[in-house]
Amino acid sequence: MHEYPITQRIIEIAGEYAEKNHAEEVKVIHLVVGDTCGYVASSIELYFDIIAEGTPCEKAKLHIKRVTPELKCSACGKLFVRKPFTFECPFCKGEGRPTEIGQEFYIKSIEV
Amino acid sequence: MSENKEIEIMQSVYDKNDQVASQINASLTSKGIYAINVMGAPGAGKTTSLIQIIKRLTDVTSYVIEGDIEADFDTKTLQSLGVKAIQINTGGACHLDSPLIGEAVDELNISDGVLFIENIGNLVCPAEFMIGEHAKMLISTVTEGSDKPYKYPLAFEKADLILLNKCDLLPYIDFDEDFFMKGVRALNQTAPVIKVSGKTEEGYEKVVEWIVEKTRSLQK
Repeated sequence: MHEYPITQRIIEIAGEYAEKNHAEEVKVIHLVVGDTCGYVASSIELYFDIIAEGTPCEKAKLHIKRVTPELKCSACGKLFVRKPFTFECPFCKGEGRPTEIGQEFYIKSIEV
Repeated sequence: MSENKEIEIMQSVYDKNDQVASQINASLTSKGIYAINVMGAPGAGKTTSLIQIIKRLTDVTSYVIEGDIEADFDTKTLQSLGVKAIQINTGGACHLDSPLIGEAVDELNISDGVLFIENIGNLVCPAEFMIGEHAKMLISTVTEGSDKPYKYPLAFEKADLILLNKCDLLPYIDFDEDFFMKGVRALNQTAPVIKVSGKTEEGYEKVVEWIVEKTRSLQK
């Protein structure tokens, strides 16, 4: 449920940039959402149309790029996607450590 | 039809929250307040642990901001013990954010001490939002099970101090401490893990030592 205020913020930021660039409407918003950032991409989509009504983003298409989280092995240094209930590296059985990959949550660009 | 013009933004959607959080943090630091974001699942013993900690924090003044979706039982309990505490009710929201804390901090009007901000009982969302704290204290329990670091990694990754509560129940339940610690250490190599029991009151001296040391070094 916390996607509602954050979707408002996305529309606000996109609108601000459109205005700065003298554009009347936003046609596409490119959003990058990591799977562990805590926001569910489909919930953002659900709220988007309702919140965007009456704003420069009203007709905008929301393009969401999802990012699968990757760990980095503390032994061999390779990046890998973890399996449930383990942080073990599939290459060398070393231990994986969290990385920023999968925690992204930002507006990459807009098209006007 | 004309081609679209792409404008690069690369702006975090958290920006507003994080800006306010940085301001709160700077303001608290200048007032000699060490702020701790207290996180944990519902029923993990967040308020019980706070009472145990505050009882032992004799040389440092404690303040509490209680976050709950509804009700103010915990605030009343703390106030009845003489603690300066105020309540935030989020009315449904699953975590505290920094604008809410900014208002509460202004209302409390405090200096020199430790501010505990008890977040909403939730092992997911509170870890994602900075609220102006200096440290995150996670309260996990043996009754939740030893797989929690694997299921809720972010809370364990972000924690600066981890309390493992309800340890008096260890003889009666299947809690695999090695599996738990292996998960914690994969995510977080530095946070001390302290076994405590809100029931028997064991372990809290070590927690208090950690808090006092951090508070003193902030006030230097």
